[in-house]
Amino acid sequence: MTDALPNNTGYVAAAYLVFFALVLIYVVIMAAKLSRFERELSELEELADERIEEREREAVST
Amino acid sequence: MLYGTRLRALSILAAVTLTAGFGLAFFYAPMDADQGFMQKIFYVHVPLAIVALGGFVFGGIMAIQHLRTRDARYDLRSYVAIHLSLVLGAGVLVTGSIWAKASWGHWWVWDEPTLVSFLVVFLLYATYQPLRFSIEDPERQARYASVFAITAGAFVPLNFLAVRLAQAYTHPRVFATTDGGLPGKMQLPFYLCLIGMALLFATLWKYEMASKHTSAQLRSLRRKLGGDDAVAPQGRTAAPSLGTSS
Repeated sequence: MTDALPNNTGYVAAAYLVFFALVLIYVVIMAAKLSRFERELSELEELADERIEEREREAVST
Repeated sequence: MLYGTRLRALSILAAVTLTAGFGLAFFYAPMDADQGFMQKIFYVHVPLAIVALGGFVFGGIMAIQHLRTRDARYDLRSYVAIHLSLVLGAGVLVTGSIWAKASWGHWWVWDEPTLVSFLVVFLLYATYQPLRFSIEDPERQARYASVFAITAGAFVPLNFLAVRLAQAYTHPRVFATTDGGLPGKMQLPFYLCLIGMALLFATLWKYEMASKHTSAQLRSLRRKLGGDDAVAPQGRTAAPSLGTSS
């Protein structure tokens, strides 16, 4: 039945590749966001440490 | 509210369902007598289109909730749903074009209602982000965007109806009650792909919501630790600003 039909494998592969590429691009964007959050969080951790040290110095001086 | 809850389970479920659906589409579903192997595009293109249109409607429903409650979280939910649907919509147009080229020998056929009506919906929603960006006041931006999302969301079912009422049937009529519907062995892979695609949409939506929520929380934390000077001015943006108490 299907032997006489054109194969068109390339088009089918292209369509599925487009879908997977879309998902992959989304994952890459999410990964970039995640690494930004990680960087920001470590900055905030440093900021929190500075605040704690300031408070400790103030407590010692008083 | 934590949007990351059950995200891992949802991601796994989406991946498993989609893989099973595509697997069945290639190895279980029979070859189409008319289109042959190229009909396999149907299993990615149609679920993608249905989920994208569903996402637009979901965005409209969230916009109604936003106008009713004035809660900024609903505006963000609507924004993320429309943003995601636009991404999926781009995929629908590209896969549709590939199918058109394989079927009819042309990348685009202007007298095919399925393609053109989807393009109309896509272009309509393509104005959503510029509309938001053009309004500086966040509250007014959210309100106008919600009105747009509701109006455009109501247009989506009309688009679906117009395609079904069109004479030049090209895609198989999945929900047809008379002849022309999908054969039984094609229905299982199709519905599995549709559920998988809906789960993928829900997963990406939750990822995006969790990301936006985390970003707002980090900003609030920075303000608490370093004062207003520690937070860079946000500038003009199309994305909704989320209150950090949510």
